[in-house]
Amino acid sequence: MRFLNTRQSISENAFELINIFIMLIICFLTLYPIWYCIVNSFNDGADAMMGGIYWWPRMFSIDNYKAVFADTSILKAFAVTILRTVIGTALAVYFTAMVSYALSKKELAGRKIYMMIGSITLFFSGGLIPFFILIKKIGLYDNFLVFIIPSMFYFFNAIIFIAFFKELPSALEESAKIDGANDVVIFIKIIIPLSTPVLATIAIYVGVYHWNDYFAGVIFIKSMDLQPIQTFLYKIIAENTSGQMMGRAAGSINQGAVTSQSIKLATMVATTFPIVCVYPFLQKYFVKGILLGSVKG
Amino acid sequence: MRDLSVRAGSKSRILAGIKKLSRQKYLQGMALIGIIWMMVFAYLPMYGIIIAFKKYNITKPIASAPWVGLQHFNDFFGDDKFIQILTNTLGISLLKLAIGFPLPIIFAVLLNEITSMRFKKYVQTVSYLPHFISWVVLGGIMITWTSEGGIINHILMELKVLNEPVVFLAEPQYFWGIAVISDIWKELGWSAIIYMAAIAGIDPELYEAATVDGASRFNRIFMITLPCIKGTVAVLFVLAVSSIMGTNFDQIFVLKNPLNAPASDVIDIYVYRMGMNSARFSYATAINLFKSVISLMLLLTANRVTKKLTDASLF
Repeated sequence: MRFLNTRQSISENAFELINIFIMLIICFLTLYPIWYCIVNSFNDGADAMMGGIYWWPRMFSIDNYKAVFADTSILKAFAVTILRTVIGTALAVYFTAMVSYALSKKELAGRKIYMMIGSITLFFSGGLIPFFILIKKIGLYDNFLVFIIPSMFYFFNAIIFIAFFKELPSALEESAKIDGANDVVIFIKIIIPLSTPVLATIAIYVGVYHWNDYFAGVIFIKSMDLQPIQTFLYKIIAENTSGQMMGRAAGSINQGAVTSQSIKLATMVATTFPIVCVYPFLQKYFVKGILLGSVKG
Repeated sequence: MRDLSVRAGSKSRILAGIKKLSRQKYLQGMALIGIIWMMVFAYLPMYGIIIAFKKYNITKPIASAPWVGLQHFNDFFGDDKFIQILTNTLGISLLKLAIGFPLPIIFAVLLNEITSMRFKKYVQTVSYLPHFISWVVLGGIMITWTSEGGIINHILMELKVLNEPVVFLAEPQYFWGIAVISDIWKELGWSAIIYMAAIAGIDPELYEAATVDGASRFNRIFMITLPCIKGTVAVLFVLAVSSIMGTNFDQIFVLKNPLNAPASDVIDIYVYRMGMNSARFSYATAINLFKSVISLMLLLTANRVTKKLTDASLF
């Protein structure tokens, strides 16, 4: 009997070790590609062309970043992204919360129909072309508002809000109602302050979408001035128009050591940096959001 | 008499309804703004689908375009590219389903077996990271890594697997693999969140009882953990199956190039090309409708099948 137990614990220990090893490999495979970009972006561009920089910059240099932040078109693109992320996220979160608050009320007449109208949008859509035609016809094409208004509402987020609002105790609302407050006042004065966790959750989802979205800029935007940074990056990465764009960027600081590739990497790192810094602290919120969504889903 | 009372009854019901509506006019207003938004941004495009059956010209209103019946659908089925596009779409999607679907489950189960809470938390945090990186940036990384002087070629040449560098994204035969691997890299940890949550919800007494009964770790995984998260797996499987016709647009859009087009041209990309580059709006809409209808049918079928098999379903 004792013999058996020891054998089991040996195999369990082996399992534990192998498991830890697998997890370490996963962590390495996850982090290394990002690390690779970082060290190469901090290396002299011409030197990096020769390759072989894997763990640490060989010729440390911040010229790539100087070039990125000296380029007005890159700065403008960053400004568009920051603006759309801030405005778009704030509007989307409060707008979705407001609609969802009404939909979370059982006494709302027509609630079932409203929920059906919303649920259908989760499983069926008009698709790219009819949406494009709509954007053209209502005058949002090549307009900053195309980043804001069409992404103001997404029914999946509404489901998360509704699940949350249903759990709120109704005592506060009832006493406010007796004092004569209407639903809008109750929503703003009582519900919003109570809903910080779910507001944060949705803000993360929408914020990440805004920060990372390149596609709206590709199809709905013509002017260079309105391009978000991801669209700018998309154009230099996938369409390989880097030659001219990067030429300007590199020329602006007169450094031969900056190449189009090294600027590309620096832009990629600079674009990703803010989101990577922020997400570990928001972890508990997005995990909670997935849970709320899956309960109802 | 009876007639009158019925009339009075329906009148008072209408009155009561109006009273109720006026009492909840603010609530109704809040809900209706959302409904109006959906009408414009979700339902108007759905109405726009009718151009799939018309010869639409963007300078004129949709209603005035002449009907052409199923002509665009017939054109698509007769298109030289039809087979290739369908093969690429299904090939990439099925590979993602076969490999990318089980991996997060395995990862979640293995991570759950880690005893050190701090290490577990650390691994989890790291594993979410790629989800927050845009496909554009990830595409940039993939293009750099698979390029002629990239790290992949470097390693393979060091290991003598290759004699000369290969530009992987310029060769169609590597595209499906690159698509599947980069998708897993990006979403492994994120997809595992929901399984981790389901596992965390399992009653710990089950494990304690099993341990007392002498169940090994493997027994516990196969007898308790996996059966307990069966429902979650089923629901996510339904969703995964229903998205077979839509590969990950952003991913392919970033990784595609004219050289790998024979393997990267999928339905979504073809719709984009036909609509946005060739301005064949009606044709592109017809292709997209074909895709949406099949996706919807897959969703309903998968939902019914999993409901029968596991008692768990999406709706």
